[in-house]
Amino acid sequence: MSQIKVVHYLNQFFAQVGGEEKANIPPEIKEGPVGPGMAFQAAFQDQAKIVATVLCGDSYFNEHTEESVDAVLEMIRTQKPDLVICGPAFNAGRYGVACGTVASAVKEKLGIPAVTGMYAENPGVDLFKSGVYIVPTRDSAVGMRDAVAAMVPLALKLARGESVGSSAEEGYIPMGIRKNFFETKRGSRRAVDMLLKKLAGEPFETEFPMPDFDRVPPNAAVVDMRKAKVALVTSGGIVPKGNPDRIESSSASKYGKYDLEGVTDLTAEEYETAHGGYDPTYANEDADRVLPVDMLREFEKEGKIGSLSRYFYSTVGNGTAVASSKKYAQEISKELVADGVSAVILTST
Amino acid sequence: MKLEVGYIPIRDIRFGPESKVDNNVLYVNKRELSALILADEGIASVALDLARPGESVRITPVKDVIEPRVKVSGTGGIFPGWCAKVRTVGEGKTHVLKGAAVVTTGKVVGFQEGIIDMSGEGAQYTPFSKLNSLVLVIQPKEGTESHAYEKSLRLAGLKTAEYLGKLAEHLEPEEVHTYETLSVTEGIKKYPELPRVGYVLMLQSQGLLHDTYVYGVDAKQTLPTLIGPTELMDGAIVSGNCVSACDKNTTYHHLNNPVVEDLFSEHGKALNFTGLIITNENVYLADKERSSDRTAELCAYLGLDGVIISQEGFGNPDADLIMNCRKIEAKGIRTVIITDEYAGQDGASQSLADADAAADAVVTGGNANMVIHLPAMDRVIGSIDRVDHIAGGWSGSLKEDGTITAELQVITGATNELGFNTLSAR
Repeated sequence: MSQIKVVHYLNQFFAQVGGEEKANIPPEIKEGPVGPGMAFQAAFQDQAKIVATVLCGDSYFNEHTEESVDAVLEMIRTQKPDLVICGPAFNAGRYGVACGTVASAVKEKLGIPAVTGMYAENPGVDLFKSGVYIVPTRDSAVGMRDAVAAMVPLALKLARGESVGSSAEEGYIPMGIRKNFFETKRGSRRAVDMLLKKLAGEPFETEFPMPDFDRVPPNAAVVDMRKAKVALVTSGGIVPKGNPDRIESSSASKYGKYDLEGVTDLTAEEYETAHGGYDPTYANEDADRVLPVDMLREFEKEGKIGSLSRYFYSTVGNGTAVASSKKYAQEISKELVADGVSAVILTST
Repeated sequence: MKLEVGYIPIRDIRFGPESKVDNNVLYVNKRELSALILADEGIASVALDLARPGESVRITPVKDVIEPRVKVSGTGGIFPGWCAKVRTVGEGKTHVLKGAAVVTTGKVVGFQEGIIDMSGEGAQYTPFSKLNSLVLVIQPKEGTESHAYEKSLRLAGLKTAEYLGKLAEHLEPEEVHTYETLSVTEGIKKYPELPRVGYVLMLQSQGLLHDTYVYGVDAKQTLPTLIGPTELMDGAIVSGNCVSACDKNTTYHHLNNPVVEDLFSEHGKALNFTGLIITNENVYLADKERSSDRTAELCAYLGLDGVIISQEGFGNPDADLIMNCRKIEAKGIRTVIITDEYAGQDGASQSLADADAAADAVVTGGNANMVIHLPAMDRVIGSIDRVDHIAGGWSGSLKEDGTITAELQVITGATNELGFNTLSAR
């Protein structure tokens, strides 16, 4: 690859236009590196060249975001760069938001890789970390040298289209996307080291921060089951024999919808499980054990329930991503409501 | 309780007229070993094969991996309750054929067996690609139901490992490691200033072919209990599992538990390795509550300052893991948990099925949903036809040219939750 062309985005202060009194200036472009751009240029050596610097006042950017982004993008586009560097913004809040906005727009709208740097508590981090490479910096420009040293290798990798490793390897703020990589020590040793730090009251870094767990409160009880139209939905993988939709035994990419018209009993000849997380012997012998069609038909006849809904829905819960399950549930529940279903029996395994 | 473990390194494995270890090469008499395996009435046929590190060989569907060991002195024998009488092991001397393994294969369940590649991308994810392996391809008698088949396969693996282990009985080990566990009071007297650290080892016990055995007893019918760490090294815990390949603890893992090794390595230096508690992962809520309550009580009873908790499997056992962690932390005992993740193929989904703020120190074995590409191999040991159906595969995972695109889940031992590997995720 020939020399990488870089455009640098800065605020009025770092572009050496002025302090707060100049925070209202609209976007403008200057040739070559300016201010911290010098440090970046030195670190790039001859691998990359900062061809232009786009600058904008922080107040102006945040008060006229749409126009500013359009103007900044247009200025960047004319330079046809391979890479855009924003900031670093350290702990400057408005500047951090501007850097995140520009980096994100450059990536989304121009398809050009971008890197920025911020202090962990800069509001720009929470707003943009899921979509933008943000390198953690100190809270003030004292940390410029370290920030440049951390941002440059990642920026060059992105510009060259090389594959980017996990946040721990490449030194960016985790994006919420889990990526595998090989540590130098095995897991048990890392656990012992982490425990010793925790016991000594020293800082330690968990490898997986606990998420805010999505707990769903149950609905109110069904008042009169004798009038209820009951549907069966399962993550236990019950499917017609032969698994016509080829639902995966783990990490299911789909769910199936199957007709129960005229079916009073799930026989071993006609039904089986696609689930790979449990011993299928007993489910394959009699799938009613997971999806109780036989009992519900009896209840239907005896009037204990109003009716059994015509279709059942089935997927495999084994190792299936929560995001996928949510998607299936949203689609399935829409159909259930449209079908007038008033109660659902969810069976798992 | 003190155990000396002597390593006899094995650098190659071959078939030969006499089973023996000579010049670090393990020779296996096919006929003699086959006869031993076929003594089981449930087994119709056995084919023995060899796989060495670096070879273009794919082993599948893998059920268990076992390390050949023998007790040279001390009470009892290897795999008590199966190959030896139920006597307490973990004392005296044990010899190990280091670098050798017995791999059992068979289509027990179909979904729940894994892949070991001896070379290529898959090899870097499984520790078993580095072992000189004797592979047992076992067919059951017609009509054998899967639970009986699993048991036959399990016993064949253990018997073979015992048979090979015995070849090391009179050899001089090249390396000897000594592990000693003091009584609780002796430990406190000897290391009054060191933090008392325990290990909670969770055993897969969901039932229906998700079973682990302790001295021959099915772990789902046990209450949490204390066990000497060196007892594991003599085969007190045996895998009877057919679960997703990447995070099940094989018998090999139990024999070489890395948490036990790494806690021993710091014992008397940075910590006092006070005790090992085994607990189970049953499916019913009442069982989960009972076992996690007992486990937390035992930790408090031992006066522990810190605990490492390791998991086996995923999904349902995540609930046991978090319960153990929460209840032990509530006793004022600090914890680190070892788990793995199912964050989706894109890595963007929630990694665990349960979570709690108390679990603030987590070690991960990686995201099992990550998609990997495995090259074709010159030779397949076992049978390749289950690849699309095993957990982590999908319709079309196996291509006509023999390459495989599937989730990391399919690789035996890839995201191990004892911390056996260096793989991690962020």
